[in-house]
Amino acid sequence: MESSKVIHAFYNDDEVLVDAVKAVKAEHLHIEEVFCPFPVHGLDKAMGLAPTRLAITAFLYGVTGLSFAIWMTNYMMIQDWPQDIGGKPNFSWFTNMPAFVPIMFELTVFFAAHLMVITFYMRSRLWPFKGAENPDPRTTDDHFLMEIPVHNNEAEITALLSKTGAVEINVVDKH
Amino acid sequence: MSHYEAPIREPLVLGDKSYHDITEDIAKPIEGTANKNWHIAFYISLAAMLWGFGCIFYTVGTGIGVWGLNKNIGWAWDITNFVWWVGIGHAGTLISAVLLLFRQKWRMAINRSAEAMTIFAVFQAGLFPIIHMGRPWNGYWVLPLPNQFGSLWVNFNSPLLWDVFAISTYLSVSLVFWWTGLLPDFAMIRDRAVKPFQKKIYALLSFGWSGRAKDWQRFEEVSLVLAGLATPLVLSVHTIVSMDFATSINPGWHSTIFPPYFVAGAIFSGFAMVQTLLGIMRKVTNLEDYITRMHIEYMNIVIILTGGIVAVAYATEFFIAWYTGSPYENYTYLSVGAATGPYAWAFWSLIIFNIITPQLLWFKKIRRSFIWTFIISIAINIGMWFERFDIIAIVLSKGHLPSTWWRFEPTFVDVGIFVGTIGFFFVLFLLYARTFPVIAQAEVKTILKSSGEFYKKRRNQGIPTKPAINVAGESDKSNKE
Repeated sequence: MESSKVIHAFYNDDEVLVDAVKAVKAEHLHIEEVFCPFPVHGLDKAMGLAPTRLAITAFLYGVTGLSFAIWMTNYMMIQDWPQDIGGKPNFSWFTNMPAFVPIMFELTVFFAAHLMVITFYMRSRLWPFKGAENPDPRTTDDHFLMEIPVHNNEAEITALLSKTGAVEINVVDKH
Repeated sequence: MSHYEAPIREPLVLGDKSYHDITEDIAKPIEGTANKNWHIAFYISLAAMLWGFGCIFYTVGTGIGVWGLNKNIGWAWDITNFVWWVGIGHAGTLISAVLLLFRQKWRMAINRSAEAMTIFAVFQAGLFPIIHMGRPWNGYWVLPLPNQFGSLWVNFNSPLLWDVFAISTYLSVSLVFWWTGLLPDFAMIRDRAVKPFQKKIYALLSFGWSGRAKDWQRFEEVSLVLAGLATPLVLSVHTIVSMDFATSINPGWHSTIFPPYFVAGAIFSGFAMVQTLLGIMRKVTNLEDYITRMHIEYMNIVIILTGGIVAVAYATEFFIAWYTGSPYENYTYLSVGAATGPYAWAFWSLIIFNIITPQLLWFKKIRRSFIWTFIISIAINIGMWFERFDIIAIVLSKGHLPSTWWRFEPTFVDVGIFVGTIGFFFVLFLLYARTFPVIAQAEVKTILKSSGEFYKKRRNQGIPTKPAINVAGESDKSNKE
């Protein structure tokens, strides 16, 4: 059908691309996706992407790790099997706590780092044996690809895009 | 988007490079075939590695008695090597994490290889405590797992257990940091691979990276947060390693300056190893335009700084040992006793390689010379090994009772395992240099316009970095808006 048609506009410069994205946005056209070979600063703002919340998840995972470390050291060293180790206090977690600081720190980092990266991989759908979804192999080399869905306005969009400096414009049937 | 950078700064990417040229240059070592030198280096390393594995099997099969340890010196080469390798690893994280937080663009050409070095070095480091257990199949006892020994838990008061947590967190976090950065570069190799098998392998390694704008946004955020986490992590790792010694009550070990001094020493030795590796790598992979003289100079400056911290720490230790007036302190590794005793050769090796030699780097000519940098980096690697050996073997060789005075003599097994880990390290690094994109090409592309020689020159002439737009069928209005 018409709605599955998209325009693939190729650019070969990051600054031209960002200007093009702004121009397309100014025409109130929807940009489905932009594929880039490297991070382009200001592109997410130009496209109107919401800021990522991954840093917040990292903080929450870190708090989880810290809590886990506190629970684990308390359970193992104080509750379950207290031992006299060099006369260190083993009757309350708080008085024994200075010796547990390294463990608490390491587990905070461990949880925050790994769970954040796993979240990133899940959200961006990255995992082994996952197929690549960039429509053209040049987008990992030196080309930038803007994908715009077409709704009976193919000629209009093409005219606009060619004015913004696209080096190649293809109309393709998605699916 | 103007990517302003002071014109006075030297370019980080030499030559008239385009984005595509960067792709080509970095893919070339992977797509080409290995030359003779690579093969020679690989087989020598492989032989050393196999010899080391043989020594490890001999140790595990017969017992730790095959090492030169005795009742006073219960650890010597193994823990020396462990600390040495962990220390080497630190430069990689420093480059990729700390320099990221400081927005140092020059890290981009070297972070990938430095991180690879980190991971491979930590592998070697991890081997030693595991072998030293004598029964490595019981290695899982260091983990806090419910068990059948009356549920006897691990001891969270012990710095050795802190080490287990620190090293495993460090290794695993470094690995995911490295791999996340590799995804776009693997994707680049995947998308230009012509051999189907190669394409399949890199498709698998790239986790299906497609480079969507949202992915890049997340990628940058994840890199930043990981850098923020890895920075205190890397400082904690060598701090905890130093606590293995500092929390004991041996004169010479029981020292509060150990943590900062060990961390500085780790960065010092790690940068030396990066210099050793990159000095060779930039040549054999033809990446001289990316790993430039300036990169070498910047790393040498870090070496002077951290080497200076280490030298001050030595002087402090030496002075304090003398100032206490305690005869026990005269047996520590930095004392008159050590400088004149049976380990004088080890003491003076430390001073010459670690303090005197690096001072040459104050001269700009030497700092910017590839061959001098290479020689000095080797000297520092040796010196830093002696530092750990001195701390361990000299201190333990003279206890509180003269009847416990004993010296450590390494056996061929001690030497063999050490040589084996060097071989193993180089086997991994050489394989890496042939199969991985050795420079973070996606990141280098982001600084091409601000720090590339071509664009810097153009900007000085007043030509904008943004190319003029040529619209087909319409007279060009160049640089609209």
